[in-house]
Amino acid sequence: MATATDTHHHDDHHDHAPPFFQRWFFSTNHKDIGTLYLVFSVIAGIIGGGLSVLMRMELQNPGMQYFADGQTWNSIVSAHGLIMVFFVVMPALIGGFGNWFVPIMIGAPDMAFPRMNNISFWLLVPAFLLLGASAFVGEGPGAGWTIYTPLSDSQFHPSPAMDMALFSLHLAGASSIMGAANFITTILNMRAPGMTLHKMPLFVWSMLVTAFLLLLAVPVLAGVITMLITDRNFGTAFFRPEGGGDPVLFQHLFWFFGHPEVYIMILPGFGIVSHIISTFSRKPVFGYLGMAYAMVAIGVVGFVVWAHHMYTSGMDVDTRAYFMAATMVIAVPTGIKIFSWIATMWGGSIELRTPMLFAIGFIALFTIGGVTGVKLANAGADVVLHNTYYVVAHFHYVLSLGAVFSIFAGWYYWIGKMSGRQYPEFWGKVHFWLFFAGANITFFPQHFLGAQGMPRRYPDYPDAFWGWNMISSLGSYLSAASVLVFLYVVYRTFTSGERVGANYWGPGATTLEWQVSSPPPFHTFEELPRIR
Amino acid sequence: MGFVSVLRHTLAWKLWLAGLFLLVGLGPTLAEELVGQPTPWGIGLQPSAGPVKEAIHHFNDLVLWIIIPIAVFVLGLLGFVMVKFSARANPNPSSTSHNTILEVAWTVVPVLILLVIAIPSFRLIYYQDRARDADLTINVQGRQWYWHYSYPDHGDFAYDSRPIPTADLKPGQVRNLSVDEPLVIPVGATVRVMAVGQDVIHSFFVPALGVQKYTIPGRALETWFKADRVGVFYGQCNQICGTNHWFMPIEVRAVPAEEFKTWVEQAKKKYARADGTPAAVAAAPAAIQQLAALPR
Repeated sequence: MATATDTHHHDDHHDHAPPFFQRWFFSTNHKDIGTLYLVFSVIAGIIGGGLSVLMRMELQNPGMQYFADGQTWNSIVSAHGLIMVFFVVMPALIGGFGNWFVPIMIGAPDMAFPRMNNISFWLLVPAFLLLGASAFVGEGPGAGWTIYTPLSDSQFHPSPAMDMALFSLHLAGASSIMGAANFITTILNMRAPGMTLHKMPLFVWSMLVTAFLLLLAVPVLAGVITMLITDRNFGTAFFRPEGGGDPVLFQHLFWFFGHPEVYIMILPGFGIVSHIISTFSRKPVFGYLGMAYAMVAIGVVGFVVWAHHMYTSGMDVDTRAYFMAATMVIAVPTGIKIFSWIATMWGGSIELRTPMLFAIGFIALFTIGGVTGVKLANAGADVVLHNTYYVVAHFHYVLSLGAVFSIFAGWYYWIGKMSGRQYPEFWGKVHFWLFFAGANITFFPQHFLGAQGMPRRYPDYPDAFWGWNMISSLGSYLSAASVLVFLYVVYRTFTSGERVGANYWGPGATTLEWQVSSPPPFHTFEELPRIR
Repeated sequence: MGFVSVLRHTLAWKLWLAGLFLLVGLGPTLAEELVGQPTPWGIGLQPSAGPVKEAIHHFNDLVLWIIIPIAVFVLGLLGFVMVKFSARANPNPSSTSHNTILEVAWTVVPVLILLVIAIPSFRLIYYQDRARDADLTINVQGRQWYWHYSYPDHGDFAYDSRPIPTADLKPGQVRNLSVDEPLVIPVGATVRVMAVGQDVIHSFFVPALGVQKYTIPGRALETWFKADRVGVFYGQCNQICGTNHWFMPIEVRAVPAEEFKTWVEQAKKKYARADGTPAAVAAAPAAIQQLAALPR
């Protein structure tokens, strides 16, 4: 798409990185901060994923095996959700790959606000510590990741655990808002000469849309949890019916943030997958403008569908009808993306390297998660599926199998660029197939459990649910094994990975990052590239 | 011979259909499906026990017949493209990046498909919304961690419905589903449910009857159901509500009208309070009582 005519990036004397402590703790360099985010995400991912294995162990058989009581279970369920959303997927896709590649792809020397970039990352660390510590305080924050009141209010969660979780979200939210402001400013103001919006790589488009979603949605979360904090601690009654407040107001505000949030998690993945499909098909992206504006459309419509999470909360039937219709509309731009990816592959010369496997896996599984979403969009069917494992299966297909696959796709695609060393192809493929099998075995049977009426957030269930739960648990152990393979891949990459040149994927890789060395110099563009 | 081949043909046809059903999760699986509770290894919706659930089944089948072929089509297309345009089979990639007709088609066709889904979907939610002529009203209140039922138009008695611990189960009772005092309704009667909250949010959810509503403090939400057969229909609390969220099941017992009358008479005495006032009056806010009693 975009080609640089003249780029200077020899490792000259300007390329001295600062000493260790300054480099990694006071970092203002977008690539270093991106690396910090990725490392953080992997650590949080191992913890959050570990919790899910714990849960699957408990659910493998009926009865209470490993958990003392339901409250402990609820805390772990909530921690798993919050960790995966705020400390794994978002840091990896936005903080990690976004920081690394947005400036390089638009030919900018760095992010617009390097120091704000630094604090964006360093707010995440105390946020994560607060959330982690909250599980060990009092009864733990066991109200689900949706923290609905009154359960999350002080009468039912009296200890500081819930306040710690809420402050954790505040810090993570502040981090996201600053990150979003940084991306918007960078993308709108720091594109290299000739890099018009309509020449921007799709990953940058996806980050631009994501950043706007963050900027508009996260402050609403900040508002609603502040109201909850004052309800808990300072005697207000925003959500307390006995004081004239309304628990359903909490749900509206939460989902006004929460629904755009799910697109925040998946849009960057759309961008990454577009690049990978194009690279390994050796073809330009099919319908570039359609792809870009489909993301914009998803972002816009994503803001007006929030109450489809609340079909059983007692909204007027006409309101439900509106939210149903609006929700189904999202299937259209999503369909455009799926078909455009396939059309990109059509007529191509496809090489099934590990990133491509993950990208194709993403499309396949996102499609399955997408069609079950169309079903759930219908309030009539949702009456018997709301809050069941059908919903759990649906959102894990789009997130665990969608967003997480796109993270791995990006990792395999760019690790050579980021580290200068290539991953071992064989073990990458082993990782893919193990994870693909494991995740499907884990989540596909959950559709059946949900259709049969198994509610989510249950540590014990009627015996009839045993069979599929056992299969699902076995699948999660397979997924856990695939994480070990991934860690081995990381180890091999950094200890004995083959050194690679600027463009190790060949003619299919056309964006600017493939024109700088691997790894790129500490300061990428000493002279701005010109885009034809 | 002809007969045998026909037989073989129908058998193959049936097997194929059975396989398809299994895949789609529409019809009965190999095991006999239980009504009113989940079936081991069950893959589809629980069998319907009333007209609301029946309507949900019709809609659900329609949607499955649309979304499963779409998923299979996309997966098939992906597989086809991976083989047909592999680097070995097609060493020289094309550079096509636009096809207006295709792009319009894959925008318009999904819109049409969504319309096919949306029209019956709207009909379904308006049908489900509330009972036009209810035969009786039941107040359902979720509490940490049991259910509280009252019958405002049948003498206004009220009682608690608590789960039975595994150790105390009697033969025929289902672990984590059976309760001490079930919700009793007459078969064939249109039951209006007023879902009211007390402590935290719970969700009144009975899959076989196609009914689910949150019980939210400060609100009275209305829904309805009807059981078209005698039987026991189990459900569970379906909104996280604290440590025993997993252990507050719902048991609905649908009985013939006569039996229901007898039960009501017994219940009036059994659940009457010592001072003579009906228990529900003390338990639920008066406003909700009035709301539930309003004619529509």
